[in-house]
This record gives sequence, C-alpha cells and structure tokens, in this order.
Amino acid sequence: MSDDDVQDAGFDEWLDAAEDDAAYCLECPEGHASLPPRRVCPDCGATDLEETTLPDSGEIQTFTVTHVPTPAFEEDAPYATAVAAFGPVRLTGQVVDADLETVETGLEVELEITVSETTGERVLGFSPV
Amino acid sequence: MSDVRVAGSGLTAFGHSPERTSRDLFAEATVTAFEESDVPRSDVDALLYGNFMGELSEHQGHHGPLMAEAAGIQAPATRYESACASSGAAVRDAVFRIRNGEDDVVLVGGAERMTNLGTAGATEALAIAADDLWEVRAGMTFPGAYALMAQAYFDEYGGEHEDLAHVAMKNHENALTNEKAQYQSAIEIEDVLEAPPVSEPLGLYDSCPISDGAAAAVLVSEEYAEEHDLDAPVSISGTGQGGDRMALHDREYLARSPAAREAGEEAYADAGIDAADVDVAEVHDCFTIAEVLAIEALDLEPVGEGISAARDGRTTADGETPINLSGGLKAKGHPVGATGVSQIAELSDLLSGDHPNSEFVSDAATGVAHNAGGTVASATVHVLEVDR
Repeated sequence: MSDDDVQDAGFDEWLDAAEDDAAYCLECPEGHASLPPRRVCPDCGATDLEETTLPDSGEIQTFTVTHVPTPAFEEDAPYATAVAAFGPVRLTGQVVDADLETVETGLEVELEITVSETTGERVLGFSPV
Repeated sequence: MSDVRVAGSGLTAFGHSPERTSRDLFAEATVTAFEESDVPRSDVDALLYGNFMGELSEHQGHHGPLMAEAAGIQAPATRYESACASSGAAVRDAVFRIRNGEDDVVLVGGAERMTNLGTAGATEALAIAADDLWEVRAGMTFPGAYALMAQAYFDEYGGEHEDLAHVAMKNHENALTNEKAQYQSAIEIEDVLEAPPVSEPLGLYDSCPISDGAAAAVLVSEEYAEEHDLDAPVSISGTGQGGDRMALHDREYLARSPAAREAGEEAYADAGIDAADVDVAEVHDCFTIAEVLAIEALDLEPVGEGISAARDGRTTADGETPINLSGGLKAKGHPVGATGVSQIAELSDLLSGDHPNSEFVSDAATGVAHNAGGTVASATVHVLEVDR
C-alpha cells in the first residue's frame, strides 16, 4: 500500500470479517466460489454474487518454509506459508502458533489474522486447530 | 499466410552488471542481431519489446520509444508486459503481424536490469507477478510459490529434492560452453542439496539467479528473406498462448500448469506437429520444479513422471529430448523481460548449427520454446523448425 490511511475496499473488509470469525467467499448461482473484491464470477461471468460464510477450519494442501523474504517480512523469516482449503475456496496464509517442523500437508487449521513483525501490517494467517 | 523466419539474433552476456541501463543492454543485443541478420535497420516495421520491472528497477515506464531509439530504428514500438513471459508474448504478436502481411520485418526483444535492486529488492520486485492482496501480503515470495508447487508435486506424485538437483546439475553442465551464460561452472548433487534454503524444499541452487541482460531477434517474412537472399534456415512455425487464474490457490491443480499445456497444444496444432516430433526444447526453468512442470505440460513427459527425466538421462544433452541445452534460466540466467526472446535465439542457433551445443542435436528438425509468467498464469509456446 502506498498510503497507510487508504484501505483496499473489499480486501480490508474481508480481513475485518475474518478477525470476527466471519470470513466469507463470494458464490455465484452456479456455485463457483471466489474471493473479494469481485463483481463478476471468474468461472462463468455471473454478476449476482452472494457472500457465503466459510467453514471454521480448513486443511493445508501444500506448504513451504521461506528463508529469503521480501523486505516486508524481513523480521518474520523464517516462516511457513501454506495453501489451505476452506470449503469451496483455497487461501494462502502464514502459519502461526506452530513449530515450523510440525507444518505439513493435511494439517487442520483455522483462520487467524496476525500482523507482520516487520511492518505491523495485517497478515492472513492460519493456526493449527 | 507468410512463414516467419528468424533472420538473426543477439544476446548480451547474462549476469551481474548493476550499473548498465536496460537501454544500453538492449542496444548491444540489437547490434548483434542486425549484424547477424544482414537486415538494414531502415527496413524494420515495428519493435515489440518485453520488460517486466522497469518501473521498479529504473524508475522508467514507456519503454517502447526509448528502446527503438536505443536500437537506432525509426518505427512504432510497444512494450509487452506479461511478467516473465513478457517477450514470449512479444514474439507471438510479431508472428501474427508478419503472417497477416501487415509487417515484413519485426524487431522483437527484451531486457531487464535487476541486480541493482539487490536480493531483497529483486525478490520484492519479482513478487509483483503474484496477486498482491491474496498472496504477497501473506508473505508469499516467488520462490515460495514454486516451493508450494514442488511440495504439492511431491505429495501427489512422489519425488524428492535429489530429483530436482539433477535438473540443476544438468542445466549447469549444458551452460559450460555457453559464453553468454551467467554460470559456466559445473555443480554436483551435493552442492544443490547442501545449499542454503530459499523456500523449502527449494534452495539456492534450485533457483535461477537474479540477472541483467537483453535479447533481440530480427523476424522477417519468408518473402522478404527470399527477396533479400537472407541466410535464415529457421522458421517459427507454431505459436500458442495460455492463461490461468492469477493466484496459485485459485487453480484447479497445485502441481500442474494448464496454461502451458493450452499454449503447447495450440502451438503444436498451429505447426502441424505432435509432442513426439519435438527434438529439443528450451523451457522456463526459473526453479528446478518449473522444468518438471513444463516438460509435463508440453507432453514431453507423462504427468507425474517428469520428475525423473533429468535423473534418468532422458533430458540431458545426450538424452532422447535434450532440455535447456543453453543452460536454461537456471544457469544461463533470467533477465526477466529478455528471457522469451533469448529462448528463441538459443533454439534458433541450436537448430541451425551455430550453437556450442548444436552437436547434441545435429539431426534435430523441430524445437520448442516455452516461456511462463508468474506461477504460470501466463504462458507462450513457440515451435521452431529448421530447413534440412
């Protein structure tokens, strides 16, 4: 972000909702799920998208431990990044509250919005259930 | 429809030259390309130029006219940006322009200045090829994204880091005689396995280097080549492009590259060939796992079996289908915007017998160049054929 005071409409509301345990995805009438900000279903072009609450827990489908970060995560490294499936969508997040050696495919996690130790910015995170 | 011929090409050395501007790098590549092609600059109808991070590394936008000026041509010029597939996309449009008769001579190329950013700065710049909101802000880096794909591949199809190490060792071996390559040094399996981790399971030697460099090629119509009696035995006979969802997590597969498969199928059909006809390929091995995913997407290996191709010698220089005889991105280097055209240049030289590694493909008639952007949300594939 270029200016700390300016938010990213759609995305920051989603982080707010996730902090309140009310994370959601957008679903079209065909059942295709996607993430905001979104006006049009990327799968079929439908424009009537509705918010659908995500399940409380998800499952890690792949992961990595990053040792060489971007400057925005310099103080955070090494850290684990994972892709986890939450019902109809997958999310990419940083795995928190877990020893790096214990992160693995199949691990059950819940959403936890954390902050970067480097910048203090909010970060989409996963913590083991 | 006119056939498209490669009249000449030029590359700078790829490597560490932080003080050199992209306009200087590109100018050098074009001087070589024009010398080799025997085409006068005044005959160029258009410049299509690939660059990815010029705003970040040089505080420069609007590269088209700047690079036309650097090349000494008076012709309309447009920049193409499609992350690491930027100049592959430029080649594809050049092919269309020549085929439809709009242009007779097109200068394609690309350049990237990266090392002046340092490792952290270049890592940050490369990351903008991913979804900023949903990937980068979660801490995903570009090596991190390929590491996610590597782990997913291991989980789904098997394989281990040592298999990937064979890809790195092979590509370093191929680059030993390539004077343009960033690394002209052999490495051993242990070097790869013991290297500092970047994003596990990928380490330093699984990753292509951060590179400065440029590439240029003069493409002409067959009629122009005949009329001017050019020595241009290599044609670009097929072109294809594929696309996919931007973020890796939004794709159907975490360990496959459907955009590259789509591009490959389109290019093969365009050229009237099958995967079995491919004798040699330059593929986008920004990381070792990327070569595995590429050769599977190009149908040179069945899905799930590409992981053993280097280790078992199927893709080595003396193997059935040599992959990345130039050294690939891994050893030759990856100045992002230059890579797509550099693959065309290397492949053209390999097929025409003008490459130090041409001896390994002396009977080859058909080659393929595969250029990928992001985590393969963009891909272009070109088929090159040589008159024999």
